[in-house]
Amino acid sequence: MLEIKNLHASVEDKEILKGIDLKVNAGEVHAIMGPNGSGKSTLASVIAGKEEFEVEEGTIMLEGEDLEELAPEERAHKGIFLSFQYPVEIPGVSVTNFIKTAINESRKARGLEEMPANEMLKKIREKSELLEIDRKFLSRSLNEGFSGGEKKRNEIFQMAMMEPKLAILDETDSGLDIDALRIVANGVNKLRNKDNAIIVITHYQRLLDYIVPDYVHVLYNGKIVKSGTKELALELEEKGYDWIKQEATV
Amino acid sequence: MDLKEKLISSFLAFENNVDLDHPVHEVRSEAIKNFEAKGFPTKKEEAWKYTSLNSLQKVDFSIFPKEESTLEYKDVKKYFLHEIDTYKIVFVDGVYSSYLSETTHDGVDVCLMSSAFSKPMFRQVIEVYFNKAASKDESLTTLNTAFSKEGAYIYIPKNKMPKKPIQILHLATGNEAALMLQPRNLIVAEDNAEVQIIERHQSLTENEVFTNSVTEIFAGKDAIVDYYKVQNDAPTASLVDNTYISQKDSSVVRVHTFSFGGKLIRNNLNFYQNGERIDSTLKGVTILGDKQHVDHHTLVHHRQPNCESHQDYKGIFGDSSTGVFNGKIIVDKIAQKTDAFQQNNNILLSDRATINSKPQLEIFADDVKCSHGCTIGQLDEEALFYLRSRGIPKKEATALLMYAFANNVLASVRIPELKARINKIIANKLGVRVGFDL
Repeated sequence: MLEIKNLHASVEDKEILKGIDLKVNAGEVHAIMGPNGSGKSTLASVIAGKEEFEVEEGTIMLEGEDLEELAPEERAHKGIFLSFQYPVEIPGVSVTNFIKTAINESRKARGLEEMPANEMLKKIREKSELLEIDRKFLSRSLNEGFSGGEKKRNEIFQMAMMEPKLAILDETDSGLDIDALRIVANGVNKLRNKDNAIIVITHYQRLLDYIVPDYVHVLYNGKIVKSGTKELALELEEKGYDWIKQEATV
Repeated sequence: MDLKEKLISSFLAFENNVDLDHPVHEVRSEAIKNFEAKGFPTKKEEAWKYTSLNSLQKVDFSIFPKEESTLEYKDVKKYFLHEIDTYKIVFVDGVYSSYLSETTHDGVDVCLMSSAFSKPMFRQVIEVYFNKAASKDESLTTLNTAFSKEGAYIYIPKNKMPKKPIQILHLATGNEAALMLQPRNLIVAEDNAEVQIIERHQSLTENEVFTNSVTEIFAGKDAIVDYYKVQNDAPTASLVDNTYISQKDSSVVRVHTFSFGGKLIRNNLNFYQNGERIDSTLKGVTILGDKQHVDHHTLVHHRQPNCESHQDYKGIFGDSSTGVFNGKIIVDKIAQKTDAFQQNNNILLSDRATINSKPQLEIFADDVKCSHGCTIGQLDEEALFYLRSRGIPKKEATALLMYAFANNVLASVRIPELKARINKIIANKLGVRVGFDL
């Protein structure tokens, strides 16, 4: 599904990613962990195509296609979805109108007709129930005045609506209380299937109790310094990141 | 001969065509003296620091159109809000067009200033209200007063409301190489009356037009007046709009100004609160490109206690366009418990675009709530990335963000068809289809 080779990326001439290799197959969940400032969010943004980052070297391939020349919206049309750590408030545009626009723009790009209104409505109902979202919530302005938990739940609702091939969840657990975390994780788990893949970016192991990863990678100083299975996450939880840092510098 | 001299000498010709014995003529004579002494404002004056009328003064404007022009409705239909039934007061090159208009005297008066000046039945209203709110010393206002003869006259008696909204449309045909227009409007809503008015100036060709307009609005006790100014004129048309509003107890007056087109626009919007529990609302959306220039000068004078004012102006400036926002709020010593709010947010889309924004607060009372805020920025890159990452192309995402930005201002538009029309103009301006129901 996703294959990243020797990825170097910088912002304003400062190199943040210093040679990342990562392979994610369909049906897999990968967790990327690491201390603050290690480059986790940058990696997420670079995959999604944020233009302020410059890819200096290396490739990102999605299903065999090089993404380098593609704009963020084109990557979305190919099936990449990024759940934001800090979703942006858009006053005057309701959640429903926003998701309709997003879905129909993607369909247009794929040469499909707009989704019929009744089908859209049915899908919205189904997915909002999955995430225990109230109908009133859907007519509110996107993210405006939402609590941290509401914002994250709304991100996963959008993911559910867009049905991406590759979903990247950037610190989806930050700012969530335990109930909201459970709802969000439950929603994500129900969206998992053999044809899609998920990358979970997190600082803490907590979320991984609910969304159980197949692989765990540790990012430090712009590189993946350690990879393993879910046990690695537990080890990090117990021992912190210092031993990783020491190992990396040796 | 420069424009000032031409105007002053034209006043003699103007006097041949008006009733010199009418009390209003004394007002005109005083006004031309003031203009003669003051002349056009210059950039040396603080209030005109960022807006120059120099180039306009070099144009050889016709002061009176030479011939009467006729227009077919189908050719100008698009400038009307034709989706709904309205009264219409239409002027073609400054001359009333009975063919394009629909006036009424059925319980309310929706007609012409020339009638109001000449017919005895309107004499009393003219004596009580004409030139009572407008400035006696601001030079462009006095210039308009001197030549005041034609415009919209709207009188809504106590407890009345017209059956439908009223449109005032000023069309310029381009039959003159360059034309100067000076419409004079008087709007009176007596106690507990209500009225909705849409005003638009439209030049139909690339010939130069300079409009110096004065509108006086009087709102009686508990009256509600909604006034919408649609400024989406040709790139060779300039407008100085001087609006003076006098409000009595518990009245509500909302003025929305949509500035999307034209060469130079100067809005002098003045609110005077002459009573208690008054609500004054001033909202504006400005979207400019090319070398367009729009200058919003607002004044809210809180003269009595327990009143509110709400100002919210949003501006989007592209290319080499320039914008000015100068919001003055005066709170008199007596005006305790005033709640005055002012907000001006701007987005610059190009590094050649300019905005000068200045709040100006003069507060003499000690128990008041006054807040003001001003922002100038580029489009939020993070928000743009957020929308694009959801599959919305850059152009549409930009439009959506602009729309979201201007949205607060549109929310208070009370005529849904007008709101839809403004949304459409915004979408056209931004060159995109906004992909959802507005």
